[in-house]
Amino acid sequence: MDIHEYQAKQLLADYGVPIPRGGLAYSPEQAAYRARELGGSRWAVKAQVHSGGRGKAGGIMLCNDEHQVSDAADALLGKRLVTEQTGAAGKLVHRLYVETVVPHQREYYLGFVLDRRLERVVVAASTQGGVEIEELAIEQPDAIIRIDVEPAVGMQAFQARELAFNLGLEPPLLQQAVKTFLGCYDAFRQLDATLLEINPLVVTEDGNLMALDAKMGFDENALFRRPGISELRDKSQEDPRETQANDRGLSYVGLDGQIGCVVNGAGLAMATMDMIKLAGGEPANFLDIGGGATPDRVAKAIRLVLSDDKVQTVLVNVFAGINRCDWVAEGLVQALRKDPPGVPIVVRLSGTNVEEGRQILAESGLDIHRAETLADAADQAVAAWQGNQSNAAAGSAQQ
Amino acid sequence: MSILIDQDTPILVQGITGRIGGFHAEEMRDYGTKLVGGVTPGKGGSEAVGLPVFDTVKEAVAKTGATTSIVFVPPPFAADSIMEAADAGIRLCVCITDGIPAQDMMQVKRYMRRYSKERRMRLAGPNCAGVISPGKSLLGIMPGHIYQQGKVGIVSRSGTLGYEAASQLKERGLGVTTSVGIGGDPINGSSFKDILELFEADPETEAVMMIGEIGGPQEAEAAAYIKESMSKPVIAYIAGLSAPKGRRMGHAGAIISASGESAPEKVALLEAAGASIAPNPSELGSTVARVLGQNGSAAA
Repeated sequence: MDIHEYQAKQLLADYGVPIPRGGLAYSPEQAAYRARELGGSRWAVKAQVHSGGRGKAGGIMLCNDEHQVSDAADALLGKRLVTEQTGAAGKLVHRLYVETVVPHQREYYLGFVLDRRLERVVVAASTQGGVEIEELAIEQPDAIIRIDVEPAVGMQAFQARELAFNLGLEPPLLQQAVKTFLGCYDAFRQLDATLLEINPLVVTEDGNLMALDAKMGFDENALFRRPGISELRDKSQEDPRETQANDRGLSYVGLDGQIGCVVNGAGLAMATMDMIKLAGGEPANFLDIGGGATPDRVAKAIRLVLSDDKVQTVLVNVFAGINRCDWVAEGLVQALRKDPPGVPIVVRLSGTNVEEGRQILAESGLDIHRAETLADAADQAVAAWQGNQSNAAAGSAQQ
Repeated sequence: MSILIDQDTPILVQGITGRIGGFHAEEMRDYGTKLVGGVTPGKGGSEAVGLPVFDTVKEAVAKTGATTSIVFVPPPFAADSIMEAADAGIRLCVCITDGIPAQDMMQVKRYMRRYSKERRMRLAGPNCAGVISPGKSLLGIMPGHIYQQGKVGIVSRSGTLGYEAASQLKERGLGVTTSVGIGGDPINGSSFKDILELFEADPETEAVMMIGEIGGPQEAEAAAYIKESMSKPVIAYIAGLSAPKGRRMGHAGAIISASGESAPEKVALLEAAGASIAPNPSELGSTVARVLGQNGSAAA
């Protein structure tokens, strides 16, 4: 789960990480008021969206007076900010963070991740702040300092000192650096983060350490014990299809293609998407209905996929282990009877109670393309989609 | 022979009194798995699925001689159950639970290393379908009837793709020595390499079907092992060719977050290591059959 920059900064401030003074604004008037409240003569008006690359995309505006702050807020609020990471649809800006601009002399990168190979928290830092760390890792791997933390005892002060000295953070900055690094580690562990990034961490002109940007991501599996983090969720930053699915207990990822997928199991769902692509189509989504899916849950999944305007064909692929093909068929019939789909439906059932499932589909009288194998299902779905497309083209040509 | 489990392996069910644990305990027993007891703290002395229930794994091991356990405990408590099994001297623990916090698994892995190598428990999963040695023992949630006994080893992160492989093999008259689910979580107990080592040493396994997916370093590690140490043919499939970067595809661990973690990159590594690649999930069985056929004719 992602959160906004201002939320990450507030969390980190509680762990002793120094941040610039700032305040939240939902309107140009509020933004100007915040600037006055903060004082000073330079402010950054920062769009709060769940994406990196905001600066390049015009989502951070530097202002020299209150009028500029107000104008910047007016320009940003309600806009869909398109960054390198958001895709063409962009992310809606409905919160701004107004911050005092802090003149600084040096920039660093500081990141914490859960390293899957080492199975430990790894701290990565570099004197080249502000740059994309992934690009740096490829172009100049030696420019990144890495430290891994023994989970049983946590990050030690000597490790924080080592990091600081390697970054050239000598006394009197050393104490601040150690406190910041250890504070970040504690936040990472105590809040069940999966990612914590400060880019850039700077040395200000008056010689203090400060986090100018902050990004945190959290383990969704741990939210049951982090109610304070769950509260930070901002649904306006999510694909509405994903929010809907999430609220219904389905695992869903929206994509850009036209063939909707309803599958059980994450691996099979990915493999089904791959088959669609190999057959010449593009998947509209990833959707895993999970194990033990009731007819009701299946019906919800079908309706969710059909509610996506981009979807021109639906492929249902179920290999039932702890699922039951008859339940899947029942849910399918239930959903399609209620709202007859305007698009072709291709179904492949296999595994537990497959005969009962096929019988339910056959007796329903619904127009369903039945497939035997995964390859057959993908081919039929792509053929049905292409057939629909050429029909539509022929229809519009006649008009 | 099979790996990890056979008809004589005595097994405990942790979380046997829960709805899911109870259901699958019955399924496993009906398959012929040698279940010897269950563990649910606070329900010791009672009975479930016709088996004695114990308060602690230690007590259950002492009274039943169990060497193996399967965990159906809910996510908030599952890490604790795995560590309890490790401490009680269980040799193999299969964790089915989906949704364990990643930092809990980091702690579990660290905890397991406190035991010397000879005493250290092997963990499969979490978030996996379990282990099956067809015709001998089912330790998981898979539909037993799709597995035929035979000579191909299966190791898979995904449960359903493991089923797909087994049923495609069966259609071609090919069977399985053992199928092992290693699970879809970012930090898991056994890696592909750990299981490949066991199949390499198993005299009955003639080839291994390996099913990976996007995200994480374990397919690359397996490729290095295949290249350097594996004499048996490996047939590999990697799911997620069409998965975009930075998006989590259902499994907590199925996310491309660094270079080398995409499906095409993993396929290239495995191919360079000498594995045969199944080009799509509909050709898992046919690719294994072709490789085994080639080997057969080469031997003759």
